[in-house]
Amino acid sequence: MVEELLYSQAGLLNFGIFFLLATVLLLVVLGFVTYAILAERKVMGFMQLRQGPNQVGGRWGLLQTVADVLKLLLKEDAIPKLADRPLFILAPVIAFAPAFMVLATIPFTDKLQFADIGVGLLYYIAISGLTTVGIVTGAWASNNKYALLGGMRAAAQMISYEIPLVMSVLGIVLLTGSLNLNEIVEVQKNGWFIIWQPVAFIVFLIASTAELNRVPFDLPEAESELVAGFHVEYSGFRWAFFMLAEYVYFFAMASLTTVLFLGGWLPLPFLDFIPGAVWFALKFTVVIFILIWFRSTFPRLRADQLMEFGWKVLLPVALANIFLTAILKELLNIF
Amino acid sequence: MLRTEEMLLNVGPQHPSTHGVFRLVLKIDGEIIKEAKPVIGYLHRGTEKLAENLQYTQIIPYTDRMDYLAAMTNNYILVHAVETMMDIKIPDRAEYLRIITMELGRIASHLVWWGTYLLDIGATSPFLYAFREREMIINMLNEISGGRLTFNYMRVGGVKWDAPEGWIEKVKEFIPYMREQLEGYHQLVTGNEIFMNRVKGVGKYTKDDALNYSLSGANLRCTGEKWDLRKDEPYSIYDRFDFDVAVQEGGDAWSRYHVRMKEIEESLKILEQAARQFPSEGDILAKVPKIIKAPKGEAFVRIESPRGEIGCYIASDGKKEPYRLKFRRPSFYNLQILPKLLEGENIANLIAILGAIDIVLGEVDG
Repeated sequence: MVEELLYSQAGLLNFGIFFLLATVLLLVVLGFVTYAILAERKVMGFMQLRQGPNQVGGRWGLLQTVADVLKLLLKEDAIPKLADRPLFILAPVIAFAPAFMVLATIPFTDKLQFADIGVGLLYYIAISGLTTVGIVTGAWASNNKYALLGGMRAAAQMISYEIPLVMSVLGIVLLTGSLNLNEIVEVQKNGWFIIWQPVAFIVFLIASTAELNRVPFDLPEAESELVAGFHVEYSGFRWAFFMLAEYVYFFAMASLTTVLFLGGWLPLPFLDFIPGAVWFALKFTVVIFILIWFRSTFPRLRADQLMEFGWKVLLPVALANIFLTAILKELLNIF
Repeated sequence: MLRTEEMLLNVGPQHPSTHGVFRLVLKIDGEIIKEAKPVIGYLHRGTEKLAENLQYTQIIPYTDRMDYLAAMTNNYILVHAVETMMDIKIPDRAEYLRIITMELGRIASHLVWWGTYLLDIGATSPFLYAFREREMIINMLNEISGGRLTFNYMRVGGVKWDAPEGWIEKVKEFIPYMREQLEGYHQLVTGNEIFMNRVKGVGKYTKDDALNYSLSGANLRCTGEKWDLRKDEPYSIYDRFDFDVAVQEGGDAWSRYHVRMKEIEESLKILEQAARQFPSEGDILAKVPKIIKAPKGEAFVRIESPRGEIGCYIASDGKKEPYRLKFRRPSFYNLQILPKLLEGENIANLIAILGAIDIVLGEVDG
């Protein structure tokens, strides 16, 4: 359906349909973010001998995040006097928009995908890199020293980890012969890439955690060091936008991991009566759980160790993986 | 033209990792610290001056508020000083109660340190695990003294309250439980690669430095200097127990971590023996006059608190209030080495170094 719309004559109706679909996706994503935050708090709560939210919205705290968001909406819009006003206002938007844009190319099932782009993977990585600009802009515009340090850390970290991230998926691209995410999933009918590319999977998981600024790579906002890092001066809904960007990326990155390594919507053998969407959701939940698990387990790396690890360990490993994949592909000729 | 600029960064007194109201003025170049200037005094209450107008028993609650994480040891240093001046013989049962409460306090204090240090390093879970165990200790101390943090438990000549029925059994049960949990702590944190990278070789100093800066406690023992007043100048009845002094050679945050973890184990050993030897009956308060008057003269005593050597100097002119009271507060002395350690380090290390010193601001500011 989306395919036809993409190639049809531009018009008000098409625009309306697209707008409607985008709104639906946005709502789905916001719904996810709402409950991802709740899930994170609940899971971490159980791991840390706590209850997590359990007041608003019944025993499970189902409305806690909704209440939080409402609170943020109602808060005073505070902009520091010496901040660079236009940039300060613009930064959360720059950070958030790409997070939403990357979702377009992710195939949730074989039918449900918004843009089946030939270079889907490349598109994802290119667009997601833009968020760094938003973070650095916000940090700079805040005119706060802690924010500046956080912003600088964010820039350094995201650039150094984007490279191993791209390198780790090159093996998959080699095997598939395509950057199209749909085709990547189709190829995995012979076996998920987590089996064919275990090294790439580990590198990808580490690099994506770093991209997401999550523990153990949460240096840009390192609470115990930089108070709140790049968003130290942000409050109310502007702050919520940064948080939103973070969690939408969480969603996107978990989806991408599912698509690239866990076979997307593909079922396990003999269980193909269960619809693809359910499979996708299951695998996706596992990835999310692992990332939350990381958060409650690991301490934080130091900035210089982070750089060292990225450039001296992850990158060579990813490169070796590409090399190995190329050789194996020629020798075994399985794909 | 491109150029770099040094920046003045104010850390604290409301920064999340300064463990209270400690403030640091940093001169930084990027993230590298060129110069660090500690600023203290935000929690100064003038305990020593206030004490000059208070009777000895009235001073005890003030000592609770100095090192509020190990209030029992602080209680003890004051009553110990007065007892030394008045030459009072303490009943055995009271001595055992003192040792047990002090060692429980030491474990609780180290648990807080462990949890908050890991929180500083960026791991959130250990904090909650540590507080689960600490809560048990606090409940036990609450049961015997009526307070959870500020106990006001010791008195000149003994202790205020006797152990309630079944209390010693609770302590006995706690010991194996704590050992088991300690094992879990080591599995979760000690072997973690990231944690090791964060603390190994960080904040390193030599034995000479430590002695010159008059560091004490774990900050001294991490350099290989085997000095523990419980062993070297036994006070109370510490000479009756068999325990080791935790020592490490490295002189870095990693060594300090190990010293403190080992000290928890040693405290458990002491607790085990004390609970076993605990006399089934006896007085908890020696025969002391209603109004305590230290004889004319002066005395200085020192004991081993969880943070180091805590000392108390009393000058008395024979009245019911001291003429002058002075505490040697270990956190304050341990903090002196900080500017030296911070030079050339980055901001992430600042937190790791400051946390490893284990300061309590109530004690630093007095």
